[in-house]
Formats: sequence, structure tokens, C-alpha cells
Amino acid sequence: MNTIRNLSRRDFLKASGGLALGFYLPQALAQSGPGRTVSTDLAGDFSPNAFIRISPDNTVTVIVKHVEMGQGTYTGLPTLVAEELDADWSQIRAEGAPADAKRYNNLIWGEAQFEAQGTGGSTALANSYEQLRKAGAAARAMLVAAAAEKWQVPASQIKVSKGVVFSGNKKATFGELAADAAKQPVPSDVKLKDPKDFVLIGKPAVRTDARAKSNGSAIFTQDVKLPGMLTAVVLHPPRFGATLKSFDAAKAKQIKGVEQVVAFSTPATNGVAVLAKDYWSAKKGRDALTAEWDESAAFRLGSSEIMNDYKKLAATPGLSARKDGDADTALKGAAKTLEAAYEFPYLAHASMEPMNCVVKLGSGSCEIWNGEQFQTVDQATVATFLGLDAGNVSIHQLYAEGSFGRRANPQSDFVLEAAAIAKAINGAAPVKLVWGREDDMRAGFYRPIYYHTLKAGLDAQGNLIAWKHVIVGQSILTGTAFEAMMVKDGIDGTSVEGAANLPYAIPNLAVELHTPKVGVPVQWWRSVGSTHNAFATECFLDEIARATKKDPFELRRSLLAEHPRHRAALELAAQKAGWGKPKEGVTRGIAVHESFNTIVAQVVEVSGKQSSPRIERVVCAVDCGVAVNPNIIAMQMESGIGFGLSAALAGAITLKEGVVEQSNFHDYPVLRMNQMPKIEVFIVPSQEKPTGVGEPATPVIAPALANAILAMRGKPIRALPMSSQGVTFA
Amino acid sequence: MISLDINGTRVQADADGDTPLLWVLRDHLEMTGTKFGCGMALCGACTVHIDGKPARSCVTPVSAVAGKKIATIEKIGETRAGKAVQAAWVAESVPQCGYCQSGQVMAATALLAAIPAPTDADIDAAMSGNICRCATYARIRTAIKRAAKEAKAAA
Repeated sequence: MNTIRNLSRRDFLKASGGLALGFYLPQALAQSGPGRTVSTDLAGDFSPNAFIRISPDNTVTVIVKHVEMGQGTYTGLPTLVAEELDADWSQIRAEGAPADAKRYNNLIWGEAQFEAQGTGGSTALANSYEQLRKAGAAARAMLVAAAAEKWQVPASQIKVSKGVVFSGNKKATFGELAADAAKQPVPSDVKLKDPKDFVLIGKPAVRTDARAKSNGSAIFTQDVKLPGMLTAVVLHPPRFGATLKSFDAAKAKQIKGVEQVVAFSTPATNGVAVLAKDYWSAKKGRDALTAEWDESAAFRLGSSEIMNDYKKLAATPGLSARKDGDADTALKGAAKTLEAAYEFPYLAHASMEPMNCVVKLGSGSCEIWNGEQFQTVDQATVATFLGLDAGNVSIHQLYAEGSFGRRANPQSDFVLEAAAIAKAINGAAPVKLVWGREDDMRAGFYRPIYYHTLKAGLDAQGNLIAWKHVIVGQSILTGTAFEAMMVKDGIDGTSVEGAANLPYAIPNLAVELHTPKVGVPVQWWRSVGSTHNAFATECFLDEIARATKKDPFELRRSLLAEHPRHRAALELAAQKAGWGKPKEGVTRGIAVHESFNTIVAQVVEVSGKQSSPRIERVVCAVDCGVAVNPNIIAMQMESGIGFGLSAALAGAITLKEGVVEQSNFHDYPVLRMNQMPKIEVFIVPSQEKPTGVGEPATPVIAPALANAILAMRGKPIRALPMSSQGVTFA
Repeated sequence: MISLDINGTRVQADADGDTPLLWVLRDHLEMTGTKFGCGMALCGACTVHIDGKPARSCVTPVSAVAGKKIATIEKIGETRAGKAVQAAWVAESVPQCGYCQSGQVMAATALLAAIPAPTDADIDAAMSGNICRCATYARIRTAIKRAAKEAKAAA
């Protein structure tokens, strides 16, 4: 890494002499249907609210407001622009947008009156689908208008294809027309293509980041180096809620290369930072530190004690998250009842790049370099902490490791920590905070522990007439920017998502929630509430099928008559897997679940011994509306399945007397090459608006696998990970 | 000062002998393609070649590699196997977040140099030390087989 491009967009545009388009799309219009007119506002001065930059060298740069953390936003979003622009895919580039809640608002979050720029809830493509196609169509119209003026031909006689504007024997590239196009008025009216005319949408465009991520040149936060920069390695308290009492830096300061040792404290974290010119010196310094902690307010319970408390809570009435009919009465009158309880551990995100952040303080300003998932939340939090206006906190977007939610921290924990350390040395040098794997794994912000109880009532014919689901677990959203919009009447929507909206036709259905407060920081983790709710509901349904001697696929099908999209995905997965056609030595399990408006159904095939089964194949069907890039959809299904398998097989963060017991990949094992099953992905054809694909495959795999294991050995799995239940995979 | 042979070029680094090669590459030589993931040789993100064999640079003291030939992701594309692997990575759409892929490419390249036509078992043995949290494993397997074919065709 030699240089990080550090031009403001304004400087860049002045220098480039190209065409930049900025839009203020009124929110109502931004998500309107094809063919609607929009008011657009040309940034004649190349104002930075731009999605597109066309340069004289004929490159088209799409400014992407969402982070690229593997899910394909730097390909999927530019595809939308390129489609309506009629660009050639080879001329498309992607660039991360600066932080700006007005211009780069997440429109789906915006629908809930929460104006922020950020990525989460599998919303990137869905909220950009209209916005970026309109941006592309407007740019195309301006290029055509420029050509019409130059060639003195009517615009109606000009065509655009693969990045070339032409009329008769006249033709020009976008780059050749860029300067003239910039002088054209922005059209007040753009018409979007009829989907049957799509050239790029629906095709597997090559990812814009594939090459840089195959040759080591892609730049992550970890790779940033600024002149004079110091690397900070930190010592955190041993328990959540503890604070620094005192520290002895004498030995740390003797380490060659160590320049400063400072205490820091933010609303999210506190501790001691050792700063050196390089990581290794700083780490050696950190390891030589001694510190005393005030643990009077520290959290001191273990995982098993937390779970025991939850079990007691589950036996008491909770807050109602859904009530159809009267489940309690129906259960009392049922011919037969079934019960099960499910347990889920804390989970770490454990993405490959441990958390890190680069901060440079100036006089009255702060610059951040980060694989930034929560732009305007981090911007505001850092600004408040430093006593600056948010506008004076700028963020340079970089590639992020998988994140899986971790980089959108509700308290800006690691970002704020970097800012606090930079402040503690009075801005004397830019600071790169680098957590080691152990720091990352023990920093909290986990997927919470949950305990679920389920009861079902059957009539004399074995029909499912009652369902009561009680969920116990910490709230993820309370205390975050999402609380106002998504915590209603004490119910955190993410605690019950996938359970309160259970699609099955059951006349008496109750879902209740308990939300205990526990001193362990928690956070959204790929597919959030569905990570546990899908397992509890889909596994319990298989227990019901087994008790009533019904086929698990047919039972689901019969209960989904009112949900044709669920049913279609379920049927596609079953058909492609050959459900109902026995295969020698193979046992199958099935599950279906909707999350973030995308429906995923999976069939898992297992073979081998009951004590050490082998996962042979996963067949996955997905309905995510229009398939903008079928290859990326398949990649995300594969990735979501692999991520879910890590947690299902052996993932668990456990606490003992408040201390996290895991520290690295030897005691927090994740899926490896030799455990990866064969995965086949099928997409349900659809003309509905596209929905997200980054998360929805994750929650389905664990129940589908557990149901296959149930079918194999006749005994259910009611706690995760499966390794804790004596099931280890070959 | 330690003198190192990296990608065929002799370079000097002012680092203590106990400094892991990873941090000499990243912090002293500003070669950031090789990644830090765990610091304990558990994840493979830091994989480089030492005398042609894959090694975890996060636990390799720089003093141990003086006089040895070190190859990194920055130049591996200039070798026949490395070029084939990188082309296959793009063709099979392997990378997602991409953070682990330098290590994956280095491990795959070393595998193909040792076993030109690896079986699934060979791939499991050579690649199971490299974690990918995006779980790109199936595509890595396919890409290694593609690279093996193309390297053979080019030979």
C-alpha cells in the first residue's frame, strides 16, 4: 500500500472534467414503480451527491452507498446503473460513497423514518433498485441529448448500446460525450426499461472486485498506512462492565518501537493502548502491560447460569408478540399435545479481518478510514465524542471483510475506540487500531443466548390446532438507533422475527417474549432473529410431523396454502432434491424460512453413521424477486449456508464467571474446506422487486440439517451447536 | 538489519529477529497483500511460500527465513501456477469479501506446484488450514481443478 486516494469528490470532479450526476430523489418517488416521473436536480457544480461519474477516459464509476463486504454490492448496484445507461460492463467501476445521510440514505430504513446511511437487513440492492436505475436512465438521456446537439439529429434517432452512442454512421463513446453531457439539463422525466429488454440484469456479470481480491491488491482497513501513523494494540478489561483502575506501562515502554502508552475510555469500551510504528512492537508492549481493574460493576455470570435464569422466565407469562385465536385454551382441549425446548449459545461474528480502524485528527476535524457499514451512525457518534460537527467527520470507504453485521456496531465500539486513542495522544499521529483475534473474539457484541419453549396441540385427526412459542433472550435493538422504529410495546422486532410472522395456517397461535437484561453486549449477526427462530420453529414442525406420521414436506405444503411464494420455494427445493424418491444410504431433512422478504427452502442430505454423519448435499431454492445477478445469488446462498453450518456444527461463545472462554479458531471452530458440502442453488423465477440475498440462506441450514439428523436417528437435536449434543460430523 | 529474498528481490528490513515474517512484510516492507487473521497459524490468511512450500508467516520468525526464497501474493501471478490460479479464481467467481483469498491463492498455488492434478482428498489436505468465513470453499475446489487443467494445457 503506497497511496490511498484522498481526493474529495469535488476535487476529483474538477480534475476529471467528466460528467457527474447527482439526484435528490424524493423518498416517495425513489421507490416508485417503473415509468414514474421523477424530479432530478443536476449538480451543475458537481456536488458530491452523485451516483455516477463518467470520465473522459470512458470509464463509468458508480458511487456505491453501501459497503462491499463480500455480498456483491459493488457488482449488483453498478449493474442497475449500467443496465439503464446501456453501458458496456467492462467500462464500469465501483467506488464507495462518503458518509452522508441525506444523499446516501438507506431508503428501506428511511421508510421507517430512520434516516441513516448504512448496510444491513439485506437491503442494499432492494433499496437501490429504483434509485440507481433512474440515475442510469437520466445519465443516458443526457448523453443522448449531447449527441443530438452535436450531430444535429433528433434524439429519437439516437441509440445507445454497450457504451456507444450512435446514429447512422455517427458514433461516440460516453467519454467523448461526457463534457457536453454535463451541460445538458437533467431530464425531469425518465422512463425505465421494460424488464424484457434487460441486457445485464438477470445475467452473471463478473464481479468488479474479483481480480483485486485474487491478487492481493484490494485494500482493506488493515492495509491503510498514512505518513507518521502509529499502530495501537489494546488491553481490554477481563470482564464486561469492568473499568480501568490503574496500569503500569514501565515494561511496555522498554519494548523497542513502543512510542506511547495511554488509557482510553468511551461509552462503549475502555482500557489501555500501546502505540508503536508497527503492530508487532505494539503487541509486545501490550503483552508486557499490567493493569488493575475495577470489577465492582462487572458481569460475573456464566452461560449455564444465564440459561437457567431463562428457563425459569420461560415458565412465566411473557409479552405477546402475536395472538391468533386462543392457544392456551386450544392446548387444554387438544387430543394430543407436544412440547420441546431449544437452547442457543452466544455466537461471535469472527470475520477474517479482526476489527480495526484508522483515525486522523486535525484541528476541528476527524478523518476515518474504515470498511464502513454504518456510515452516519459512526460519523455522529464520533462527532459527539470529539465535540465536532458531524460534517467535520469524514469517512473513507474501504473493502470490509465479511463483517456479518459486526462492522455496523450500534455503539460504534471499535471506531470510537480508535478515535479515543487518537484523542488521548492529542492527535499527534494518525492511529491505526488493530485488534488481535483474541481481542476481537472477546470483545462481546455477540448473537445473544436464547431459550425457546414450544407447545403444539393436535385434534383427534392429528391436525395442528394450537401453537404456543415462548422466546427468552436479550434485546439487540434496545439502546440502538433502531430502537424507536423497531422496538414496539416492549417487543424487539428482531427477537421474534421469523416466529411472530410464522406463515403456517394454525388457528390458535401465540408467540410470547421475555427480554431479560444481561451485562453482555449483543449485536445483530447474519440473519439476526431468524438465526434462532427458524431453528426452533422448523425443528418443532418436524417433531410434529414425526408424531403425526406425516411427511415433513407435505405437512409444510398443506400449512402454506395461503403463502404461494413459500410453497413455490419449498416445492422447488423438494423437487430438485428428489424428495420422496429414496436414495440408498441417504437421509433427508427440509426447512423453509422467510427473512428480509426473501424466502429460502433447503433440503439437506446426510449419510454415514449416526454418531458421525456426513453432509452429502444441500439443495437450496430461493425466491428473491428479480434475479439481478444469478451468480451472486448463488454465491450468497452458498456463503449463507456455510456460515450457518459453522454455527450449527460447533459455534459457541461461552462465559464462565463472566469471562469469555474462547479466544481464537482453535476453541471457536468454524467450517473448513473438508466439511463443505456440495450445494446446488435454484432460483424461483419472479418479476417481483428484488429482495436481499446476503442473509436469508443462513437461518435455514441448521434446521434442515437437524431435521435430516432427526430422520436418521429418530432423536431430535434441541440445542446448538450440534457438537454439544454428541453429534460430530465426518 | 535483516536481508531477505522476497519474490526474487533482495530487500533489507530493520526488524528484530523474533518479528514474524507477516509483520515484516506488512509493516516494514508495505507489502499488504498477505493478511493477518489469527496470529496462531490457525486460519491461513498469512500464507506465503518459503522455498516453494506454503508457510504461515504469522508464526514464522523473520530470523528463520534469512537466506530462503520467500514468495508472496504480490508476485505469484508471474508464475505459471499462480497465473492459472488467479485466472481460475476470477472465472469461478471465488472471492466474496476477499480477505482470506491471498492466503487461499498461495496455498492453492503451492498445491498445484507439488501435485499438478490434485484429487478432492489432496485439495482437502492442502486447503483445510485456510479458513474462509464467506465459505467460498466449493468454488475454491472447482477453481483449483480448473487451474490444474489450464496449467497443464499451457505446459
